[in-house]
Amino acid sequence: MATKTYLQAISDGLREEMRRDSRVFLIGEDIGVYGGAFKVTQGFQQEFGEDRVIDSPLSETAITGACTGAALMGMRPVCEMQFSDFVSCAFDQLVTVAAKQHYRVGTPVPIVVRLPSGGGFSGGPFHSQNPEGFFAHCPGLKIACPATPADAKSLILAAIRDPNPVLYFEHKHLYRRIKGEVPDGDTAIEFGKARIHQEGSDLTIVTYGAMVYTAEEAAKAAAERDGTSVEIIDLRTITPWDKEAVLASAAKTSKVIVLHEDTHTSGFGAEVAATIAEEAFESLDAPVMRITAPDTPVPFSPPLEKAFLPQPEDVLAGIERLAAY
Amino acid sequence: MATGTVVDVVMPQMGVSVSEGTITRWTKQVGDRIEADETIVEISTDKVDTEVPSPATGIVREILANEGDTVPVNTRIAVIAAGDGAAGDEAPAPATDNAEETPATPETSQTMAASAAPAPQPAAPTAAEESNGDEDDSSGRTFISPVVARMLAEHGLDINAIPGTGRGGRVTKKDVQAFIDGGGQAAAQAPPVHDVPHFAPPAEETVVVETPPPAPQAAPAPAPQPSAPAPAAPVAAQPPATASDGEELYQFNTIRKVIARHMRHSLDTAAHVTTVIEVDMTGVVNLRRKWKPEYQKRYGVNLTYIPFIARATIDAIGSWPWVNAEVRGETALIKRYVNLGMAVAIDDAKGLMVPVIKHAEEMNLVGLSRAVIEMAEKARTKTLSPDEMAGGTFTITNPGVFGALMGTPIIPEGQVAILDVEAIVKRPVVVTDQHGNDSIAIRHMMFLCLSYDHRLVDGAYAAQFMAQIKKSLESWDEQAFGL
Repeated sequence: MATKTYLQAISDGLREEMRRDSRVFLIGEDIGVYGGAFKVTQGFQQEFGEDRVIDSPLSETAITGACTGAALMGMRPVCEMQFSDFVSCAFDQLVTVAAKQHYRVGTPVPIVVRLPSGGGFSGGPFHSQNPEGFFAHCPGLKIACPATPADAKSLILAAIRDPNPVLYFEHKHLYRRIKGEVPDGDTAIEFGKARIHQEGSDLTIVTYGAMVYTAEEAAKAAAERDGTSVEIIDLRTITPWDKEAVLASAAKTSKVIVLHEDTHTSGFGAEVAATIAEEAFESLDAPVMRITAPDTPVPFSPPLEKAFLPQPEDVLAGIERLAAY
Repeated sequence: MATGTVVDVVMPQMGVSVSEGTITRWTKQVGDRIEADETIVEISTDKVDTEVPSPATGIVREILANEGDTVPVNTRIAVIAAGDGAAGDEAPAPATDNAEETPATPETSQTMAASAAPAPQPAAPTAAEESNGDEDDSSGRTFISPVVARMLAEHGLDINAIPGTGRGGRVTKKDVQAFIDGGGQAAAQAPPVHDVPHFAPPAEETVVVETPPPAPQAAPAPAPQPSAPAPAAPVAAQPPATASDGEELYQFNTIRKVIARHMRHSLDTAAHVTTVIEVDMTGVVNLRRKWKPEYQKRYGVNLTYIPFIARATIDAIGSWPWVNAEVRGETALIKRYVNLGMAVAIDDAKGLMVPVIKHAEEMNLVGLSRAVIEMAEKARTKTLSPDEMAGGTFTITNPGVFGALMGTPIIPEGQVAILDVEAIVKRPVVVTDQHGNDSIAIRHMMFLCLSYDHRLVDGAYAAQFMAQIKKSLESWDEQAFGL
């Protein structure tokens, strides 16, 4: 076991799986010679060669289409969208082709699309988004949103081995900021199993990705301020998602905040909130609260971006309001 | 808005013992123009259903309580932007005082799941968002969350027994859990019990303090308003009733609920005793028969027996004032004025209202006759004002009109005695003349039954009070009659 950054854990997971399984190859913009925009695949081309670490043209449609074709021929492709924002160009290949292939023809499409996502760097409207909600709506796709280095590795392994198309959202703000223990060896975990980030009794925050740490900071402040005990559930994967864990926690605390960095309307939090209302209604002692980014593009300006992204203070205010309800 | 004056509409205090009211219907909506004294909302309270007049002319800017909500008195239920012509020409302002609540610039969106999301362009917040964000929203006491409802049902608890610590006094899951964990004892600070004095006694009232006198620090501070009574123990929840063949399901209306609650609470509080005395009404019967047409002609009122009995009772109260009192803890307020409650059956005897004749001690038989008729009529047509049902100090009920012979009435809350007037029937009785000779005669006889609170009034005291009423009625002075 070693302490690694989130980025290193992804990189190690990819490398280990490529060493283990010769069907795995990588394709994306500048991932080979340059080592990727964020250096996740630095040194990969030297180790695995140009045939397994392919620099592609600037065409997300072509990248995704090539992956789907290769997968149908028995390969295990992993492609990278340089920024998750660019996945909109691959929408048709993912939603129309890859997601429906098994349903139409019966052939699996074991591809992984890596999506560096999220804001916090003044990247503006085209380099900061969290587009997981679009794809969570599409049957046939699986979605992972790891928050910790250990999960980053475990889920990239699981994603590559999964017979379905998997969208793997890796949050850019976690890449080098978050470090954690990462077990050695094969640590692949099942999709759809949430992780209790911290236990608590007064209210529950359901979240994923970078917002796990925002929730943690707010929960710490709430505990110090008046002893409010907050339970944080890290979903880890949102398709499928761990309803059982969320409903159990809702039954325990009776008050739930759903927190995500994606924008508000039809964000994945709406699905979680609606499910709690449907299946845990008699456990609720307060309305389910959503804390999300507002329904606007991500602003460039640092102060505006800070106002846009849910901050620990925002979550703390939500905790206080819900606790006092 | 063109004008900055804002006037709050609050749930009015409908009588001393009323602590909350229910919004029945808003007659105006946000944005509507309203004149001062025009009805803005209809409410229902323990005492009365009534209309609330607008305190100002202007535009209804906010409505803070929904129809069906029950809120404590003095809770803000609406806001009126006061002003005349200018304000009326404008579109209604966004229903908010706080500009920052309008998401004109991007900001972190934080709303309850039930409320609409703010659109990218500036939009008025919805009413749901408004009330969610309003720290002053105190309508929560009556909101029972799903989990609280389930826990109450599972444990057979009465929510009124549980102190609420949530927003606006709402009973939270934690409050219920603490109540259960405490073996039914309130975990939080228990609300003041009914007997705590609500206010300083008016000058007309005499305070009788039982010995030993309370130490200065023991004297409870006047509470701002009367609180709802807190039952001592959880009341087992009844399974919901369903009607089978040959049965009819009747859902308690507001009046029925109030009667049920008050009757139960009175029995739980006062030490009820009933004393019965028999009165020979022959003299009064003859007087009434003789004077009835003249009364009708001269005063235009129908002379009944009740004014005679009321007058005799009021006179007896003058000699025995402790029956005209209110017990508060170990203190009694003895009242020198008589606000006479008259129980009136309404809705085909499926309901009861108790109008109060204020300062009945100042009225002669004509005045009492008029007051009784007027109040009974108002009760039956449900046009009583809240004031006309508040402040009773002693109550008379009259099931005798239906032929009843005896009863043990329940004392109204805030009083210590109620007089039950029974039917006047002809009976053979032993009468004694001035020489001491007994004979059997046919006389008009009537029972009077007095229920009283033995915490304050003892049997000997009550019996002497009754004896004086009897004496007055049996020796009515015709010379003083009718004047």
